[in-house]
Amino acid sequence: MIIDNFHHRQSAHCESGVTLSLLNHYGVALTEPLVFGIGAGLFFGHLPFVKVNGIPGTTFRIWPGYIFKRVTKELGVTIKTASFSSPDKAMLALDEALQQKQPVGMQTSVFFLDYFPPAWRFHFNAHNLIAFGKEGDEYLISDPVMQTATRLRGDDLSKARFAKGFPAPNGKMYFPVRTGDGKPLDKAVISGIRKTCWFMLKSPPPFFGHNGIRFLGKKVAGYPEKMEPRKAALCIGNIIRMQEEIGTGGGGFRFLYAAFLQEAAGILKRDELTGLSHTMTCIGDDWRNFAYAAARVMKDRSGNLATYRELGDMLRQIADKEKDFFTGLRKTV
Amino acid sequence: MNKDEVPQDKKIIHGEDNSIVKMLYVTDKDGRYGTTQYTGWDAENLALTQAWEDIDEKIETTRQKVLQGELSPIAYYMQKNLMDLPTLAGYVGFWKFRVKKHLQPAAFKKLSDTKLARYASVFNISVDELRHFRLPA
Repeated sequence: MIIDNFHHRQSAHCESGVTLSLLNHYGVALTEPLVFGIGAGLFFGHLPFVKVNGIPGTTFRIWPGYIFKRVTKELGVTIKTASFSSPDKAMLALDEALQQKQPVGMQTSVFFLDYFPPAWRFHFNAHNLIAFGKEGDEYLISDPVMQTATRLRGDDLSKARFAKGFPAPNGKMYFPVRTGDGKPLDKAVISGIRKTCWFMLKSPPPFFGHNGIRFLGKKVAGYPEKMEPRKAALCIGNIIRMQEEIGTGGGGFRFLYAAFLQEAAGILKRDELTGLSHTMTCIGDDWRNFAYAAARVMKDRSGNLATYRELGDMLRQIADKEKDFFTGLRKTV
Repeated sequence: MNKDEVPQDKKIIHGEDNSIVKMLYVTDKDGRYGTTQYTGWDAENLALTQAWEDIDEKIETTRQKVLQGELSPIAYYMQKNLMDLPTLAGYVGFWKFRVKKHLQPAAFKKLSDTKLARYASVFNISVDELRHFRLPA
């Protein structure tokens, strides 16, 4: 059983990619930057007390599930969402939906997805993928991070949907049931921009938005005094990975957002957004420079105080730039 | 970032190519956005390599402790499966403090076969392998 009019497409980021593919299947024509922008996906947060293996958490995006929820709500798409008490029920519900030719989005862990190279398979539970068919015991999977559509054994998919730890997916699956009368595209774009400006400018200090970047800068500058060189290197290594590795489209989603603003300029017929898109590209380049410098500090492993201070300064400069940027962006919409 | 500046650095970890060809948003010479594919970037590859070195070292330390009788085999397999205490507790369905206790050799020896079987199935090994810890490096 294959839903043959479903088309896999690769995206930079899993959640915006799944949203895009599901909506495209139901005739809502969008692009990944539009999904990301309307979904107000861009964010920054640094939470030193939320630790994974002792490493403080940093994020460049809004919390999982927000983009999908926001985009579908804004564009008036009704979604059926379900979680399950047992894997058997969850897999049965998936099979039924596929029988009815519904491609199904699911929240999964990465650990059980054997089409990923081994070094990628951590217990990360907020991944998203789409099933669009079943052949024998294998499901046809459209994972937005992958270049091509792939396959996954039923028992692995079942394990991935019932991964434990935080956030537990509990077999969560979702698909559009009706596309309807939401906001027109231009209104949705404006509302998405406003929301992101609010997140970046007005989120409570010190952990979020532009304040969060400055806060991280302060923390990074103090790492060598607070921990062993080795731990400090792991902490900044984690920032690099969150920024570049996990499917951000580069520069911690900043390039994806710049692409969105460029499209927005055309949709809203506002030239000033083209200029702002260019500024966002420059900020993305600054983030890339930060990652490059951080990697060098990490490789050095001496715990040299001066080099960590320099990294901190880079982050503080980026914080100032993002503050100015979103203040300016807020004024245009 | 300009399309010409995109790095194509392979991600070699544990001596094997672990690259995923990902999508990147880049500008062309006129500043128009588009996408391009890339295999990786040294900066991020280094960060992942470092994370794995840390994991591998933790696994080895735990292995030594198990062999010296300081920790139970559950501690080793927990590390080996990249789990922390809350994650393992979630998978086996015991309270965290119980799992913590089972990491001690004394409590481990008293575990019933049914409980051992729950751990073994989470770790994807046999009860026998779990009970008689004799690991190659």
